[in-house]
Amino acid sequence: MAKYYLKTHEWAKVEGDEATIGISSYAAKELGDITYVELPKEGADVIVGDAIGVVESVKAASDVYSPLSGTVIAINRNLDDDPGIVSNSPEEKGWICKLENIDLDEIEDLLTEEDYHKFLKTL
Amino acid sequence: MISEEQLLLETPLAAEHVALGAKMVPFAGWNMPVQYKEGILAEHQHTRTAVSLFDICHMGEFRLKGKGSAELLDRALARSVADQKEGSCRYNFLLNDQGGTIDDLIVYRISAEEFFIVVNASRREIDFKTLSGRLGKDVVLSDESDCTAKLDLQGPLSAEVLIRLGIPQDMLPKYYHFTKVNLFGTNVLLSRTGYTGELGFELYFDASLAVDFWRGILADAAVKPAGLGARDTLRLEMGYPLYGHELNEMTTPVEAGFGAMLKIDSSDRVFSGSAALRGRVPEKQLVGLVLEGRRAAREGTPVLLEGKKVGAVTSGTFAPSLGVAVAMAYVDADSAGSRSFSLDLQKVVIQAENVPVPFYKKGTARKN
Repeated sequence: MAKYYLKTHEWAKVEGDEATIGISSYAAKELGDITYVELPKEGADVIVGDAIGVVESVKAASDVYSPLSGTVIAINRNLDDDPGIVSNSPEEKGWICKLENIDLDEIEDLLTEEDYHKFLKTL
Repeated sequence: MISEEQLLLETPLAAEHVALGAKMVPFAGWNMPVQYKEGILAEHQHTRTAVSLFDICHMGEFRLKGKGSAELLDRALARSVADQKEGSCRYNFLLNDQGGTIDDLIVYRISAEEFFIVVNASRREIDFKTLSGRLGKDVVLSDESDCTAKLDLQGPLSAEVLIRLGIPQDMLPKYYHFTKVNLFGTNVLLSRTGYTGELGFELYFDASLAVDFWRGILADAAVKPAGLGARDTLRLEMGYPLYGHELNEMTTPVEAGFGAMLKIDSSDRVFSGSAALRGRVPEKQLVGLVLEGRRAAREGTPVLLEGKKVGAVTSGTFAPSLGVAVAMAYVDADSAGSRSFSLDLQKVVIQAENVPVPFYKKGTARKN
């Protein structure tokens, strides 16, 4: 299992040909209290870079971009009633969706956890 | 290199907010706390269930004194002043010659010929210029904003806090009235007014003591600081207008829903803008909208009726006390009676129900 990031602050936890997607702690903190999450549709085919959802806070809204191509096999319906889970646990319980049949070649374009934290220091 | 932050004005409490971990943002040319560490939702809830302290030093305060003040101010503002009782506060409007709104403000009648006027931070200069011109040279209008601190203490526990701080219960003012009290050894103008819908008070005192007061009130275990983010969600849940959104120079208070308050049809009182106001047929009307779901419609979102654009949102947010999003919007006057509208959020269209404000109906502001 390995965790990768985008500079747009999404993360992808890759296990075999599946990946779990969410937004980083940095993004969650920047947005403030999350009030609404738009989830992608189950079964949808996603291309890397697609806006697969929206995370809204009291003061802002942000598109969620997919770090990888694949098919959506699960969405975190807990976020419908309690979007605050993303605020409290953005990198664990606040996962947004799971993809299968991901394109493994795309992983080399992602940032490792270490590189992402280096990137955060430049902001 | 001058950073953007350095071009902003700061209240005497800016360093306090930073020390408390506040996220600072520009507001009306001021560097202000939008939230502290616990976040907007927690600050909003704390205000509705306990008591919060807000730094409102950025707002403007004027003092009007002199023989003839009452009649002159009465003619300068949209609602009467001459019959306002001493010790009372009255919400009022400064209109331009077309009946449009230069500002909404609160008038405190200190005595027969002395008034204290509290205005929006962003409108301070234009209000002073306009009022000076209308009031003339026989009375004295002074801008006391720079030497006046303002703190809002809001929430169902606010009265108890003031009592614990040493203000006798019988010195607490009644709703929309004010008293002069002694707090931390200083004279304070204390009014029972606010922008949250909860039992609450506004404190006006010498700006040099702002830090002492801020720390002294926060020392009470029940009180937590709250920023402009929560101030906005709280007032929006009450349907209170915010100048620059629901009120502006192109919009009359009648269109904003204050026609009955102004007694436009039942009185022939003359004031600046009255002729234009009485001659104007409202083109639009402010409506309150409760949206389906949590997704918010922001300022500028088109409001549709049967597929046609009839207006736009002026303010919108997720409402923490309601669990859904709410908005205020202007719609064409002849559409305003419609029970529902659609909001065009571009990627999706959301349904909204037209309801009378306040959206939140359990506010404790008038509680005895």
